[in-house]
Amino acid sequence: MDFTDDQIHRYSRHIILPEVGGKGQERLLSSRVVIVGAGGLGCPVGYYLTAAGVGTIVMIDNDNVELSNLQRQIAHNTERVGMPKAESAKKTFQALNPDVKVIALNEKITKDNIIGLIEDCDVVVDGSDNFPTRYLVNDACVLVGKPLVSGAILRFEGQVTTIIPRQGHCYRCLFEEMPPAGLVPSCQEAGVLGALPGIIGGLQAMEVLKLIIGKGDVLQNRMLIYDALKVSFRKVKVPKNPKCPVCGENPTITELQDYEADYCRMNF
Amino acid sequence: MEQIKPDKKVDIRGLVCPYTFVRSKLAIESLELGQVLEILLDYKDATENIPKSMQDHGQKVLKVEKINDREWIIVVRKEKE
Ligand SMILES: [Zn+2]
Repeated sequence: MDFTDDQIHRYSRHIILPEVGGKGQERLLSSRVVIVGAGGLGCPVGYYLTAAGVGTIVMIDNDNVELSNLQRQIAHNTERVGMPKAESAKKTFQALNPDVKVIALNEKITKDNIIGLIEDCDVVVDGSDNFPTRYLVNDACVLVGKPLVSGAILRFEGQVTTIIPRQGHCYRCLFEEMPPAGLVPSCQEAGVLGALPGIIGGLQAMEVLKLIIGKGDVLQNRMLIYDALKVSFRKVKVPKNPKCPVCGENPTITELQDYEADYCRMNF
Repeated sequence: MEQIKPDKKVDIRGLVCPYTFVRSKLAIESLELGQVLEILLDYKDATENIPKSMQDHGQKVLKVEKINDREWIIVVRKEKE
């Protein structure tokens, strides 16, 4: 592939890295990443992947921008209140980098559409704000064999993990079933300090870039937990569970189902 | 001095750092191992920076030569992908 003069300038700080170079940049430009959620996490992940020149980014979210999102969801802005979040993110990302094709899908992820959405991508990013989606995305990625970079945030704490189906753990190896609704924080309890999604989303974006260029370690069989108040990062081991219901030796989950639960949805 | 026949030439006159190295690096990436790149340049700082960076990246710098008042050539052999 021949870079244009603009591309040589735009990606020069990638090209001069021995681990990336022109070849790594070509890989980025020809890759496709699906981001579930255009909220607190999806915004910074999509923003950085757009800046890095990931060729195609699919943003999936069925919510509209609300004023209460803007304290942390950096791809949206005041004028876009009421606009579908996926559409708002697309506008922001396209203004940043015209090399990137951003596909905005204003729809809900379900067992019926998720396989079609992820089957031709290179990496899936979970930036969703609820357990039913988190488990659905995990199960779909395991069944289709797509790498998944999963992130979650609440109050002052965030976590990131990278799931390479078959090779490493999956989300269900760690938490086999969804927590009962009563154990999930209620709306009144579920605050988030503004910059937290930027930190966790930045880590997710970095995992995606490393997966695409094929360099460095990723959080396979590991979960990174960040505590903002204590300023601490802990990396904990998450072994692959041979009895995991979806990626174990005798899986009981062999097809997708929709998980509806009475959770509070706060649009993280 | 021994004449080395380059497999590829790149003209980066008019460019400054870091684009001098960016262009040179892209050119060397396009070569096979063992092939030789000749870089023509007029930015003096790069006559030190490019050889240093090429060596850091595992390539072999065969020569740096001033060819006239304000132009140089650098010859590099690709030894690492
Ligand atoms: Zn598992």
